Amino acid sequence: MSAFLALVRRDLLLSFRIGGGPFLGLAFFLTVTAMLPLGVGAKLNLLGEAAAGFLWVAAALASLLSLDRLFQADAEDGSLDQLALGALPLEFAVLAKAIAHWLTTGLPLTLAAPVLALMLNMPEAGYATLTLSLLIGSPVFSLAGAIGAALTAGLRRGGLLLSLLVLPLFVPVVVFGAGAVSAAINGFEPGAAFLFLGAVSLFSLVLGPVAGAAALRIHLS
Amino acid sequence: MVAGVEVTGEGLSCRRGDRLLFTDLSLNARPGTLTAIVGPNGSGKTSLLRMIAGLLKPEAGTLTLSTGGVADEEPATLLCYLGHHDALKAQMTARENLEFAARWQGAVRDPDEALARLGMTRQADLPVGYFSAGQRRRTAFARCWMVGRPVWLLDEPTSALDSAGRAAVIDLIGAHVADGGTVIAATHETLIAGAAELRVA
Repeated sequence: MSAFLALVRRDLLLSFRIGGGPFLGLAFFLTVTAMLPLGVGAKLNLLGEAAAGFLWVAAALASLLSLDRLFQADAEDGSLDQLALGALPLEFAVLAKAIAHWLTTGLPLTLAAPVLALMLNMPEAGYATLTLSLLIGSPVFSLAGAIGAALTAGLRRGGLLLSLLVLPLFVPVVVFGAGAVSAAINGFEPGAAFLFLGAVSLFSLVLGPVAGAAALRIHLS
Repeated sequence: MVAGVEVTGEGLSCRRGDRLLFTDLSLNARPGTLTAIVGPNGSGKTSLLRMIAGLLKPEAGTLTLSTGGVADEEPATLLCYLGHHDALKAQMTARENLEFAARWQGAVRDPDEALARLGMTRQADLPVGYFSAGQRRRTAFARCWMVGRPVWLLDEPTSALDSAGRAAVIDLIGAHVADGGTVIAATHETLIAGAAELRVA
């Protein structure tokens, strides 16, 4: 456990020292959201209706932003070899790094989402559901994203390929996440959508580290 | 005394792409010995080291790390691999790098003691990004000594080092071998007297 937490801590430290930690993804999320009303125009009803779906897509893209460096930096400087020779299996290294990634992307985005929802004129009935759905669903961006990041660890310009690989994996969470919010806004019970979100999240909690570690082993050899 | 680990390889072949680097290579490195892997550039010295480290699957053949004649189930925790990348984070200080390694891989020595042994005490709190190649090498070697596992796999351990750093590294390798450690190094120089030589063609 101490080794696992040490890796989470190291990645958090590096994220603060390299890229301003959680603030870069947050700034992107904010900027993109600020651009939507500029593009759509001051149609408050339209913005309010699209807000939930848009915030979910923006959160997915903001998480994607730093995903390409998740394993690339470690692959370049040889740290990946040392991670593979640790006391814990490589699966736990992938999980620890995905958790650190979520703490610096998914979590701050979740906390900022209600503020941005207000900016987009989202009906009040959806705020709690939006935050809760992002809290349950956004770990998928880091966990399933880790698979794509591991597959593209050795590619110099892997970012674009990474997007093509992982965005399809993000589809279910975006569908059910945004679906839960519209259900709540329209006075329906969002419970079923939450169950789906939770299922996808748990599934990627298992699949992400296992598939990610397998991809890293291929990269190492 | 470190646990004596014997590294045995039989009929090893290595393929990179469609090239066969070496075929039917056998090795036997016993506790308390240094084996120098020699051969021209590109002959597969690094690949062989990575193979022993378990990072690379052999195309054919078997590799075992055994303690007291019994093959070990978890070979990864018996060895320390020092590749030609130093595996240090440029944004972290030398001490932070070593402290992380101590928690991730386990350690038998204190990070400060290891840095001091390699003459890096004054630079311990500087980010590794400011280091010269030689200073990074010293820090990476300090990590290997700190982790203190029985098998050391060293890829050109003295590259980029000045004469003092070289002497410190050779001294530690000699002490590890005398202590019953197993050292396998890809190197072009004589590190200690009486080293066995393994030629990859």
